[in-house]
Amino acid sequence: MNAVEFIIAGMLAAATPFLLAALGELVAERAGVLNLGVEGLMALGAVIAFIIVYQGGGHLLGFLAAGLASAALSLVFAVVALGFRANQVATGLAIGILGQGLSALFGKSFESLTVKGLPKLSLPWLSDIPVIGGLFSQDIVVWLSLAATVAIWAVFAYTKTGLVIRAVGENPKAARALGYPVIAVRFAAVAFGGALAGFAGAYAAVVYTPLWADGMIAGRGWIAIALVVFGTWLASRIFLGACLFGAVSLASLAAQTTGLDVSSQLLSSLPYLVTIVVLGIISSNRRLLKLNGVASLGEPFEP
Amino acid sequence: MSALSGPFLPLLVRREHASLSVKLIAPPMALALATLLNLGLYLLMGRDPVAIFHAMLLEPFLSWASFSEVLLKTGPLLLVAQGLAIGFRAKVFNIGAEGQFILGAIFASAIPVWFPQATGQWIWPSMLVIGALGGALWASLTAFWRVKLNANEILVSLMLALVAAQLLNYLLLGPWKDPNGFNFPQSVMFQYDAMVPILIPGTRVNVSLLVACAFSLGAWVFMQRSFAGYKLQVGGLAPRAAGYAGFNEGRAIWLSLLVGGFAAGLAGAAEVAGPLGQLQRSISTGYGYAAIIVAYLGGLHPVGIVFSALLMAALYIGGDNAMVSANLPVAAVRVFQGSLLLAYLVAIAFVRYRLEWRHAAHASTP
Repeated sequence: MNAVEFIIAGMLAAATPFLLAALGELVAERAGVLNLGVEGLMALGAVIAFIIVYQGGGHLLGFLAAGLASAALSLVFAVVALGFRANQVATGLAIGILGQGLSALFGKSFESLTVKGLPKLSLPWLSDIPVIGGLFSQDIVVWLSLAATVAIWAVFAYTKTGLVIRAVGENPKAARALGYPVIAVRFAAVAFGGALAGFAGAYAAVVYTPLWADGMIAGRGWIAIALVVFGTWLASRIFLGACLFGAVSLASLAAQTTGLDVSSQLLSSLPYLVTIVVLGIISSNRRLLKLNGVASLGEPFEP
Repeated sequence: MSALSGPFLPLLVRREHASLSVKLIAPPMALALATLLNLGLYLLMGRDPVAIFHAMLLEPFLSWASFSEVLLKTGPLLLVAQGLAIGFRAKVFNIGAEGQFILGAIFASAIPVWFPQATGQWIWPSMLVIGALGGALWASLTAFWRVKLNANEILVSLMLALVAAQLLNYLLLGPWKDPNGFNFPQSVMFQYDAMVPILIPGTRVNVSLLVACAFSLGAWVFMQRSFAGYKLQVGGLAPRAAGYAGFNEGRAIWLSLLVGGFAAGLAGAAEVAGPLGQLQRSISTGYGYAAIIVAYLGGLHPVGIVFSALLMAALYIGGDNAMVSANLPVAAVRVFQGSLLLAYLVAIAFVRYRLEWRHAAHASTP
């Protein structure tokens, strides 16, 4: 398998943690809530899933528990930031630190242990195509994440639920005047985002690299938040952005294994550098951000 | 709110005047709340909460030896937090102080690494200056991205912190590795003149604590007494009003980030030129992130931050104690830090709001 085939085949799996977490953050931000705790939510989900799978509970239970745990932690965020109207930036940072701390605490005795990942499910015919065939051979979580992307896109594009979430994020006062429960919608959006961040962490820890190491999320939660900006709050573009980051992280992996004479530290920081560059390019287009951005993002709502 | 049911609803009602007394008791209340929550967690983990409480929160203050270590840790936390608080009050969220700290340490180390034989009283002061400039330089990237490219400073500064950690690894595994260091990822030990002089004999507390105190005084004068500081705060509280008044937003962002980066870089330099005496991987034990908590816990006020920096430093030392004496994992300190900030954010909500129990029928009419 050459490097191109390697990247094509693995891109979606590498993209999945970014994709799931970014989709969750998208829903929260669409409702007007900036949750910066994604890194911690992913770290918590990762450790919970790892412990359960390691103890023989199976992947399904692992993912469910991870989603529940991270949703619960994100509800703590919601109580403080939405209930007590605290600064969302500070609350998100606190949740991030707390989540990473809990992750390290729970994972302490599992350091360097491994579990078995998930088998690949191949699409007939398509997965036999040369070069790009690997694209059609993925594990079940990747397939489900693709379905989730389409579902979230459809909810915002076509359903009343999507419209209500957007109204709450765009103009909470007007949404309330129309009778929509602003705070309740925001709580639900945050919990949903938390659950997806938990799944993202679980995927990273028990499927993508099924080995426990403290700090294994390694900034992916932050990149997921940046992805929401890259995708200008659209699920379809967030998917493309996640694929870009999947490809970037695989490319640096491929470069390291082929013995290319580039320092491994430079390669490790490649995703961060790409984030910085792309963030600069997208953000400098102020019209684009204004067009799709969320008007009340990060502002507390006082009924 | 329709989400809640029952005859009585707790409602946050805005106070006419912000309550100063709540503002003053919020930090101790938050500490008490966080302590209770964490002791509960230790109990669940099957540890002895009393022993941990003693090791973590009392022992740092019980002997001069450990209190001097608290003072040693207070220096960097105080410096970084004072710098960050200036930006936070202007609503410029530089959360990458960790990276600016690392760059400060790297820049400062350049002198003893490149000139290991150099002697003279000029060495350690120039290391501090160069380190501070290095931190400011790293922060200026974020400022440029924010002002010129409109990019979110939270994300850019954090990404740069992650890059800085890799840069440090690169130097320590490659060009700056001590050739006689048994392959450990660390630089050569610095010469005597590259070390900040000891302030209190018999301890490791050095002159950088004085630097941090001087910086705090400067921050107080700047924020509470100067027009530039006033403009910065108006920009944070009422950006539109600041715009109408002609206060330049871009300049506020540059100033916030440069001051924050300068202070963090200075702290990083003082760390390698102080207790460490060399550049190593673990130059920062999360000071850049902990300082965010210190800044908030101190109410973003230069005086409050002095107390919160002391508290956070004690938590670090206490956490080490508890690790040794009560076998508490070091991650417990991060859990404590996170829950402390959360508890504080809840407590200060009552500065601007009071809780009122209203009948459900009236609750919908604010």
